[in-house]
Amino acid sequence: MTAVDVSLAARNNTKAAPQKLRKQGKRRFGADAAAIVIALIVAFPLFWMVLSALKPKTALDAGDAAPYTLEPSLDSFGRVLGVNNFGQYFLNSVIVALVVVVLSTVLAFLAAVALTRYNFKMRTKLLVIILVSQMVPVEALTIPLFFLLRNAGEAIPLVGLNQLGSLVLVHVGFSIPFAIWMLRGFVAAVPLEVEEAARLDGASSFRFVRSILFPLVAPGVVACSVFSFISTWNDFLFAKTFIISAQENQTLPMALLTFFKPDQNDWGAIMAGSVIMTIPVLIFFVSVQRKLVSGLAGAVKG
Amino acid sequence: MTALTPVLPDAPQGGTPGKGSTTAARKSQRFSNGKRGLEPWLYLAPAFIVLIALLGYPIFQLINVSLYDYRQAQVSGKAPLNFVGLGNYQKLFADPQFWTVLGNTVVFATACVVFTLLVGSSLAVLATRLRPWVRSMLFVVSLGAWATPAVTGSAVWLFLFDPTLGLVNKTLVSIGLTQFQGYSWTYDKWSAFGLVASEVVWCSFPFVLVTVYAGIQAIPTEVIEAARIDGASMPRIARSIMLPMLRPIVIVVTIQSIIWNFKIFSQIYIMTNGGGIAGQNLVLNVYGYQQAFAASLYGLGSALGVIMTALLMVITLVYLRILKRTGEAL
Repeated sequence: MTAVDVSLAARNNTKAAPQKLRKQGKRRFGADAAAIVIALIVAFPLFWMVLSALKPKTALDAGDAAPYTLEPSLDSFGRVLGVNNFGQYFLNSVIVALVVVVLSTVLAFLAAVALTRYNFKMRTKLLVIILVSQMVPVEALTIPLFFLLRNAGEAIPLVGLNQLGSLVLVHVGFSIPFAIWMLRGFVAAVPLEVEEAARLDGASSFRFVRSILFPLVAPGVVACSVFSFISTWNDFLFAKTFIISAQENQTLPMALLTFFKPDQNDWGAIMAGSVIMTIPVLIFFVSVQRKLVSGLAGAVKG
Repeated sequence: MTALTPVLPDAPQGGTPGKGSTTAARKSQRFSNGKRGLEPWLYLAPAFIVLIALLGYPIFQLINVSLYDYRQAQVSGKAPLNFVGLGNYQKLFADPQFWTVLGNTVVFATACVVFTLLVGSSLAVLATRLRPWVRSMLFVVSLGAWATPAVTGSAVWLFLFDPTLGLVNKTLVSIGLTQFQGYSWTYDKWSAFGLVASEVVWCSFPFVLVTVYAGIQAIPTEVIEAARIDGASMPRIARSIMLPMLRPIVIVVTIQSIIWNFKIFSQIYIMTNGGGIAGQNLVLNVYGYQQAFAASLYGLGSALGVIMTALLMVITLVYLRILKRTGEAL
């Protein structure tokens, strides 16, 4: 960009050029400095979370406010994992999130294929329905879903209350509309020629979708799945409502809340638990971020 | 909205196979599978069965339950179901607490939306003027905040603002503001809302940043250069050129933020311990949940859910209408 500025300024007015350049450079430095300060502020809560998880309990209880620790310890992690069965909850969360990601992505991908590569009467209407269904406040549906799952559990125990299946079911339902909306862009981007070539080679429609289309859009699919993953992984309301008595089927967010005790919070344990809960999302997010941006732009452009 | 553009009939291929005509022909054939009868429905069926079962039917049931006096006794089948029509709604509208909660929700959500959009879009503009490594750093930490689960984000912010052990109070006291010794940020209604709102803005501005930044990148550089040559200042360029061109993206981001922030549940529930002292920090979502699952008033809770849904739909529609009037197609 600077290079362009130079040539333009030079062509425009040779006299004003040096002054303009200096101004540009100074402003740029100011912007960089401001951005670095902002980045540090934004990162600070995460830094403090990791630091506090590593501080020894005595230092935390004494209200140690130092931005470093000379004696890092894994005690807090030990307390969380050992005493409170955090490992089991972690596993539950992983299972639910992975099953939701796989199921909702496959269903949304198939629906996106129908909505982008076929032209049929109800197509636009269905797209509008999908758009509107994203606006439904799912939290408000807790009550009917509670009764629905209670009744469903009598027929199929696996998806009843207190079962991980209930969480899977609910989150698959809520993840699908947004996933379809985002996947449309990726599916539509595969050129028609590819499809025609596949058909000439004798591939059936389903064969094309499975063996050619899916591998082609797979990177986009992974990026979109981060949303299903996050909303499932973070969910606290449904886990709280549907997993009532079966402690062994609880997920991470609720487990973390059990550390909150009036007046005497074990902040070391809470922070260690938070670190354990945040890291998988962070890894997933940062690794797909590039695809994510293009996916978002695609969804926005519609 | 390419999806909504009508499908043109195949353009006749003339003798000039120029680049333009090929792309036009390609575009016109977007759907090779013109009419294939049932095939698209086979692909749609699984997703839509799930959607009908887990979104459609529950919405119907939500409205249904809101018309009954539905409590613990009715749930366990010990008492007969009593149809009360709009009774639950009348009860709510006559209850001053409902209006307070509604007011809380509107003020809190609006503040969150405004600050999220302001912070996110100013940082997006700033990001275009940064050295690459600074920009990467800004994006990575923002993604970190975005990815942080609401539960852990709330926990960390609570810890930072803890009355006795929190870093914020300790720092304030150490610079001489001794009135912050043991000051509780969640005791006062609006400072509690402010604390929750800060956490919300912290974890939701990155979505705006990333999306608006992608939109700015899509603006042809020539346009901005031309404005710069004409002597437009950076704020002027942002206001008169970028904003109009970014309008579709800003619309989406705004609507999305409104929807997300009106629905906030976890942060309020965790940071104010279920709605604050004497319910001073209740918002509609948490209020409805408390009515249903703490007080076992399922009918009343459902009515709140219906109001919430209706409110969101109205906000979205009004917003779209305003934009349509200003001549902007979504």
